[in-house]
Amino acid sequence: MSSGSAPAVQEPDLATTPPSLVALFLAFARMSLAGFGGVLVFARRAIVEQHRWMTADEFNETFALCHFLPGPNIVNLSMVFGSRLRGIAGGVAAFAGLLLPPTLIMTALAIAYARFGDLEVLRRILAGISCAAVGLLIAVVFRMMMPLLKRADPFAVILMLGVFLAIGVLRLPLQAVLLIAIPISIGLTYFLRRKVAA
Amino acid sequence: MTGHSPIWSLISTFGLMSLFAVGGAAAAVPEMHRIAVEVNHWMTDKQFADAYAIAQLSPGPNVLIVTLIGYAVAGVPGALAATLAMCLPTALLAYYVSRLLNRPSQSRWPGLIQAALVPLSIGLMAASALILAQSTDRSIAALLLTAMVAVMASVSRVNPLWLLLAGGVLGFAGIV
Repeated sequence: MSSGSAPAVQEPDLATTPPSLVALFLAFARMSLAGFGGVLVFARRAIVEQHRWMTADEFNETFALCHFLPGPNIVNLSMVFGSRLRGIAGGVAAFAGLLLPPTLIMTALAIAYARFGDLEVLRRILAGISCAAVGLLIAVVFRMMMPLLKRADPFAVILMLGVFLAIGVLRLPLQAVLLIAIPISIGLTYFLRRKVAA
Repeated sequence: MTGHSPIWSLISTFGLMSLFAVGGAAAAVPEMHRIAVEVNHWMTDKQFADAYAIAQLSPGPNVLIVTLIGYAVAGVPGALAATLAMCLPTALLAYYVSRLLNRPSQSRWPGLIQAALVPLSIGLMAASALILAQSTDRSIAALLLTAMVAVMASVSRVNPLWLLLAGGVLGFAGIV
């Protein structure tokens, strides 16, 4: 909500100078440490609203790119985003800021788990957290599945079920399943879109 | 098993896996479970479920479950090697692709590929949920807790951290 007087130029209201490498590192470290259960929300808030390093559209475009590439999306985003502002050094600074602090925390937790993981009380707490974590994952899957089911797109649903069965039930290797499923899905999407366009 | 050092097998395993992790970290969980528990016996089923819970509860990207797997295999060097192997290759790939596609909106291929990958990554995440549920939900109470959290997170906008902490409290109380 920008209720102030409209700026004379059409330029989006972005920060004028690109941030320093240290600023990039610190900004990504902060959003990473704030991001319990996912960093994306915090990344968007910091990059678009707080620092104004990107417009909302630029952010969506960058995220879409990182989403269709393999690997952890937010990690990809840090590298692409940092490099757009400050070249490869900026990419590395954002990448390091995103990963270094939580990796250190996680390593400390791993050491603690190796020492105390067998304690009865910790076992019980972790069991409860695990149950809740699975519930959260189910909720995410459900939310993502809804548009697919609403469109009643039979091919997408069959592909989804096929991957679920192959990986979740038959426990086949990921590479083998995807090397078959990805070409099928891209081919089907391509022909369906052409049919719609024709 | 080959005679390679565990660090190298961590790097090759996660480096390769990351290139196939369409849909992010949650989609790669079944493959992590298959490799770490079933193929290499790096961890037990229970330890894997614990690692997933710790990664969810901790700050930072959820992909850092690989840090815990790496630590279980080869201590601190293993933790760092696994993290970098899982994160760096695809980040560099993203960097090069973003330079190639400076104007992604001009081509329809990114949109088409993205649309094609959506059902696959949902299927992968559903498989993650199934595999994790099989190792954690071993009692009726545990199953109920999972179901309740799933419903609450679906219908409300409550911060997931509270639901995780509530699970921890119920576990502490010995209910699950």
